Amino acid sequence: MTIVKSRFFILILLFFSHFELYSNSLEKNIQELEKEIKEYINHHVLDSHDFNLLSYTKEDGTKFYLGIPLPVILWDDGLAIFSSSKFKHGKSVVKSGENFYKLYHGKIYKTDSSGKIYYDNNKNVINTSPIDFSITKGVVSIIFVSIIMFFLFRNLANSYKKNKMMAKGIGRFFEPIVLYIRDEIAIPNIGEKHYKRYMSFLLTLFFFIWICNMVGLTPLGINVTGNIAVTFCLALLTFIITTVSGTKYYWKHIFWMPGMPLPMKIIMAPIELLGVIIKPFTLMIRLYANIMAGHIVMMTLISMIFIFRNWIGSSLSFMLAFFIAIIEILVALLQAYIFTILSALYFGFAVEEEHDH
Amino acid sequence: MEIPAIVGGGLIVIGVGIGIGGIGRGAMEAIGRQPDAYGKIQTAMLIGAALVEGIGFAAMFVL
Amino acid sequence: MEKLITEFSFGLFFWHSLIFIGLIFLLKKFAWKPILDAVEERDNSIKKAISSAENARKEMETLKEDNSRILKEARIERDKLLKDAKKTKDELIDNAKEEAKLEAQKIINQANISIKNEKKLAIKELKNQVSLISMQIAEKVIKKELDNTNKQEEFLNKLIDETNIK
Repeated sequence: MTIVKSRFFILILLFFSHFELYSNSLEKNIQELEKEIKEYINHHVLDSHDFNLLSYTKEDGTKFYLGIPLPVILWDDGLAIFSSSKFKHGKSVVKSGENFYKLYHGKIYKTDSSGKIYYDNNKNVINTSPIDFSITKGVVSIIFVSIIMFFLFRNLANSYKKNKMMAKGIGRFFEPIVLYIRDEIAIPNIGEKHYKRYMSFLLTLFFFIWICNMVGLTPLGINVTGNIAVTFCLALLTFIITTVSGTKYYWKHIFWMPGMPLPMKIIMAPIELLGVIIKPFTLMIRLYANIMAGHIVMMTLISMIFIFRNWIGSSLSFMLAFFIAIIEILVALLQAYIFTILSALYFGFAVEEEHDH
Repeated sequence: MEIPAIVGGGLIVIGVGIGIGGIGRGAMEAIGRQPDAYGKIQTAMLIGAALVEGIGFAAMFVL
Repeated sequence: MEKLITEFSFGLFFWHSLIFIGLIFLLKKFAWKPILDAVEERDNSIKKAISSAENARKEMETLKEDNSRILKEARIERDKLLKDAKKTKDELIDNAKEEAKLEAQKIINQANISIKNEKKLAIKELKNQVSLISMQIAEKVIKKELDNTNKQEEFLNKLIDETNIK
């Protein structure tokens, strides 16, 4: 019952966070609204340089933003650090040292003092952009999730000492999951002998992805695991660990498949080698695409409520959005599970020892 | 998006749909035959579906 | 593909790798290791408890077996003892009976002998007595004979009648 209630609560909060769409929808025509929604969704699923909670257009036409500005750190022949509030949401040019910077569609470009953006024939921006080490919304979310995880699991670890080997409080919920990862994911896929080396990575991976996915479902508009840089990093770690821990047998299987005729061996080698790259690549794409698609579908369905503007269409959209929100909670867990179990599977391939088959 | 890309996307969706459908069907039949092995079959099904889906996504993004 | 590359932000990748790897090591030290160790320890202690319970049960069983065995042995021993005792008792009684019989026989024999002796003695005495008496009789007879022949005869017959010895 409480779970259902909290889901409902999340959904209600979601509507509040999209309040601006409603306020704007009254006086604009459908085309304009659709364009705005598209932009809004695009803006939401991408990383941004400030933590924006709410924004709407005031009566005098100026936009009101409610949020927290975050520090911008740029490397452009020297370090440039300033607050993202100086960009005024892309409206003004920031001068730092000798250079001028402008925020344009979520990206920082180097401009002249007037802040002019140049395009090429394909409407791509040709201004150079500095290397951006900014503490963006995504970074803040990652830090936030990391702190939550740290305290959550340190608490669980400590509760064992205090309560005679029994977990207490919220640990009671997480302990079976930790055991599930050990007994159902790590041991069957990696094997009794080697699994201990990978437990830390698998546990951290699973809970990080899961918590990030769940945080992404809150109306804070955080989209960490739906960001290609994040999933790239996670998949890269899996790839590195697999490659480093690969045994002789594993490499032999890739380059010179035993038990096959010679021409097949020659054909199989590049395919297997490609498989080594494709495995983490699909890991990266799967998580990214699932979460991204989930966010887009959910936001689109919620936006539909404002596009329909009639009882039947809007209530139908509401029902669908509600349904998708519940599905997304399942997907959040499922994607974390699949990422973890596939990583474990790949580690298992890497540490597998020679046997007859 | 150009027309070929859209058609390609559609083809990918058809392929992946058939693939995941087959996996789902196999899993259901397996569960029907051996209801005791439900957990193991489900895990295997999810892995298989995820792999097919991954290929689908990869193709989608390469487009 | 193009979209992916344009969306890729190096800054986020950098920060995320840094934080995530840091998180792995931090959690490894402060959470996963203690948790897994604790769980393993708990599992081991449970296993140990189960096996010790099993052992205790087995021990109990063997103890029970021992007990019943000892009881059985004791019963056998008791039976044997009882049997022995009975045997001894019977033997004792038999012996005693035998001895008593022998003793009795002996006593009887002795008695017989002494009776015989007595009898002999008595007969001897009697003979002596008889001879004495006969002597006296003879004396008296002779004395009387000398007086009366008739009477003598009569008297002698009478005497003979009187001294009827078996």
